[in-house]
Amino acid sequence: MKKAIYAIKSLFLIELWKGLSVTGKHLFQRKITVQYPEEKTPMSFRFRGLHALRRYPNGEERCIACKLCEAVCPALAITIDSEVRDDGSRRTTRYDIDLTKCIYCGFCEEACPVDAIVETRVFEYYGENEGDLYYTKDMLLANGDRMEESIASDRKQDAAYR
Amino acid sequence: MPEWILYLLDFLPDWDWLHVLLVSLIKVVAIFIPLVVAVAYLPYAERKIIGYMQIRIGPNRVGPRGWLQPIADAMKLIFKEIIVPTKSNKYLFILAPILAIGPAFAVWSVIPFTDTLVLADINAGLLFVLAMTSVGVYGIIIAGWASNSKYAFLSSMRAAAQIVSYELAMGFALVTVLMAAGSLNLREIVLAQGGGLTNWYLWPLFPMFMVYFISGVAETNRSPFDVAEGESEIVGGFSIEYSGMTFAVFFLAEYANMILISALTSLMFLGGWMSPFGAVSDVLLLGDGIHWLLLKTSILLFFFLWFRATFPRYRYDQIMRLGWKVFIPLTIIWIVFMGVMMFLTPWGYLFH
Repeated sequence: MKKAIYAIKSLFLIELWKGLSVTGKHLFQRKITVQYPEEKTPMSFRFRGLHALRRYPNGEERCIACKLCEAVCPALAITIDSEVRDDGSRRTTRYDIDLTKCIYCGFCEEACPVDAIVETRVFEYYGENEGDLYYTKDMLLANGDRMEESIASDRKQDAAYR
Repeated sequence: MPEWILYLLDFLPDWDWLHVLLVSLIKVVAIFIPLVVAVAYLPYAERKIIGYMQIRIGPNRVGPRGWLQPIADAMKLIFKEIIVPTKSNKYLFILAPILAIGPAFAVWSVIPFTDTLVLADINAGLLFVLAMTSVGVYGIIIAGWASNSKYAFLSSMRAAAQIVSYELAMGFALVTVLMAAGSLNLREIVLAQGGGLTNWYLWPLFPMFMVYFISGVAETNRSPFDVAEGESEIVGGFSIEYSGMTFAVFFLAEYANMILISALTSLMFLGGWMSPFGAVSDVLLLGDGIHWLLLKTSILLFFFLWFRATFPRYRYDQIMRLGWKVFIPLTIIWIVFMGVMMFLTPWGYLFH
């Protein structure tokens, strides 16, 4: 009996028609494509994109050159040099992130005791020449200055879960 | 032939051969140009339809709704370099794509588009079709051999075995059409199916229709029988070493063959240019006409794309099993059955 059913099924290509009906139905379904540059998917406030160095409201940079981020970075993308400034505080003289090495794990942000290094929501950036994606301290501070508003609001939303 | 062309021909010297040549040439161009446009837009239709079946949109960036995509693709391929591998056989390497596309276009010379619209109304049309479609495989075999690449060679071996196997089933299926119509002339085969939907060979020869169409899918190396291309196992197969225009020609040949198989299936089994309504003639577009042939061909082409969107690739031994152990015995039995029915029983009228 089982054999007979199998024979009839294969003779009339039952399974194949079933498959065709599935794709046939999908032909008329609503399409789920997101037309990227015009449309964008919703983004979490925890999104980890381009890095930035933040400042305090009085303009002083937050980073105290503790080098925790450099130590925790699994891709060894961060390079820090530091010295004691004239007023006796410890600051970086060099803070470089090689974005071609970075894996965007967010550990630097987690490790930072003063919320200096953060990852922003920006993911649309590029480099045209070799070295364009090697971000220096000035560039990172500029990122922070430019996007302080969104950085601060993202941190505020996340604070409740920390 | 429009009046103005005949008028222009009057200005030429009064040599018979020149007129015959020019008139034939004009007819060839009139068939060839629409065919090339169709071949160019079929991949676009394929990408759109398969995209829709996968709940995405498909190409829509080049021109409105992606209409100019084929032109962009063609421009890219034309300007790409044709790389000839160092240790390849250079003459055969260049010859292969030409051998692949030549037969695919040559068959169109005997395809009747309507009762009168046919380039060469030859009596052995069916034989010509079979002969030409078989020659197409040489292009693939030579491409695999000339490339001097293992993958290309494997692929051409697969293609050769597969096409030869399915050629038989296809030929036998056409023999049943031949028995029913009593003619090798494609025009007469279609005319024998006149008089509406019920007179199509689709009904008395339904199993042969299935065998023919599925063999056609295998014959053109389309999914799910695309082991010759097999991008996931032999990375593109016979066209691995080809780039630029030589690759484009293989591509065109594949799609030209798809259109050809669809057109032939509609001629043999779906009544070609005959209207499915039969008696209702001359009412708008419901009467016989080329639009019916185009419509039937398009529907069959849609099935080609539908298959590709649905079925996973056959394993190689399964392809051989289906060809040799299912299709060929089935067609032979059907030929005998049909012969007995036609000549020894009173039910011969079922097969006309």
